[in-house]
Amino acid sequence: MTDHKDEAEDRKEAVEEDALFRADEAMHEDDKTEKEKPFFIHGLVLAVFCLGFGALLALTYHLTAQTIVARGVEDQQASLEQVIPASIHDNDISANPLHLKDAEGHDVTVFRATKAGHVTGVAYEISGSGYSGEIRLMMGVDDQGHILGVRALAHKETPGLGDKIEANKSNWILRFTGLSLTNPSENKWKVKKDGGQFDQFSGATITPRGVVAAIHRGLEFFETHKSTLLESSNVQ
Amino acid sequence: MSNNEYFRIAKDGLWDNNGILSMLLGLCPTMAVTTSATNALGMGLATAAVMAASNLLVSVFRHHITYEVRVPVYILIVAAMVTLVDLVMNAYMHPLYKVLGLFIPLIVSNCLPLAHLEAFAGKRPPAASLVDGVFAGLGFTFALTVIGGVREIIGSGTLFSNAALLLGSSFKFLECHLLPADCHILMMVLPPGGFLVTGFVLVGKRMIDVAQGKEISMSGAHGA
Repeated sequence: MTDHKDEAEDRKEAVEEDALFRADEAMHEDDKTEKEKPFFIHGLVLAVFCLGFGALLALTYHLTAQTIVARGVEDQQASLEQVIPASIHDNDISANPLHLKDAEGHDVTVFRATKAGHVTGVAYEISGSGYSGEIRLMMGVDDQGHILGVRALAHKETPGLGDKIEANKSNWILRFTGLSLTNPSENKWKVKKDGGQFDQFSGATITPRGVVAAIHRGLEFFETHKSTLLESSNVQ
Repeated sequence: MSNNEYFRIAKDGLWDNNGILSMLLGLCPTMAVTTSATNALGMGLATAAVMAASNLLVSVFRHHITYEVRVPVYILIVAAMVTLVDLVMNAYMHPLYKVLGLFIPLIVSNCLPLAHLEAFAGKRPPAASLVDGVFAGLGFTFALTVIGGVREIIGSGTLFSNAALLLGSSFKFLECHLLPADCHILMMVLPPGGFLVTGFVLVGKRMIDVAQGKEISMSGAHGA
């Protein structure tokens, strides 16, 4: 370093080689011997630092904002591509989504897949309650009401137990593909422990139970809004 | 300052006064992210970047920061650096951000960067402070990765899984599968495993120090 001034000061401060984490009493006493600074100096110092670093953050935010939005869109597209096969659509699924309300009054954003102007499938986010909080899933349904695919987007389930709902940890979630409200019948849309036909995981029943219920609600949502969802005239 | 002193600062950060292994600082992120070696490495490197930047900044401005407001200013600087890392990671290292994003803001509440600002960067010239920040950060990374590696091997049977996500596809060779699926001890990736493994790693460090004939004492440094 060319910082000669700093070096000299450093010696003056006489910091011992091993005094890395020594209590800083010495320094404190030095301060007391100095002339007392007027009180507003401290406020001024703090204000200047706040302004300076605030500006730095604003600049960074400005520079990264667009990239961050683009990454979010990429994420969404990746999850949409997993639940809607490329063969059934020729449009940009994430463009021009439909905004509806589900049975509980929550907003649901529905993405539509179209081929030659006709809606061939829809995808939307559903959520279930797991062992430790909400499980968010993306679900794709074709125009006949059959499941095209389901993928977990975010969850806080126990690693090694409940996280088997992720497609890269277990193929459990793939089992739902092709099913509909009538296949299996209403009373079989449960985990085996509750008399249904879906496997639970050893050591984790609450997670699959929440997921099965969420998917069933998702299918009911499709049934309720079928006519709106499949209407081709409001798709570009 | 002589090279010898820089060497001493580096060795202090990496081993003698290692943030986790000697000072037991920053245990909250230690428990949270060490479920796999890759997560631990990513979190360690992010913390090291924050520590290097904040140490340098505080040292540069040390004559302008008055004693009375130094703590708020230090926290402001650490928080600003963390937000910066958060935004940059979200934009340019997105796959990793999806894994670690939740833990990055935790660096603000990690007392290790603050300890180094207060005890070192606030009193020393920029070059020494930068060296201190970098090596204390790397020491933190080293300790996290060791704990993460042990927990991952015992708990999930893998080592450095998803390393390609963090370091790029050329590091795919790091990913290994060590134990068959029915030999995992799940507890090791759950919170109790974090405490157990950290305890054993601490014992290991002390044993190495004793074997080298170093005196183990509860000095002021350990109480910091």
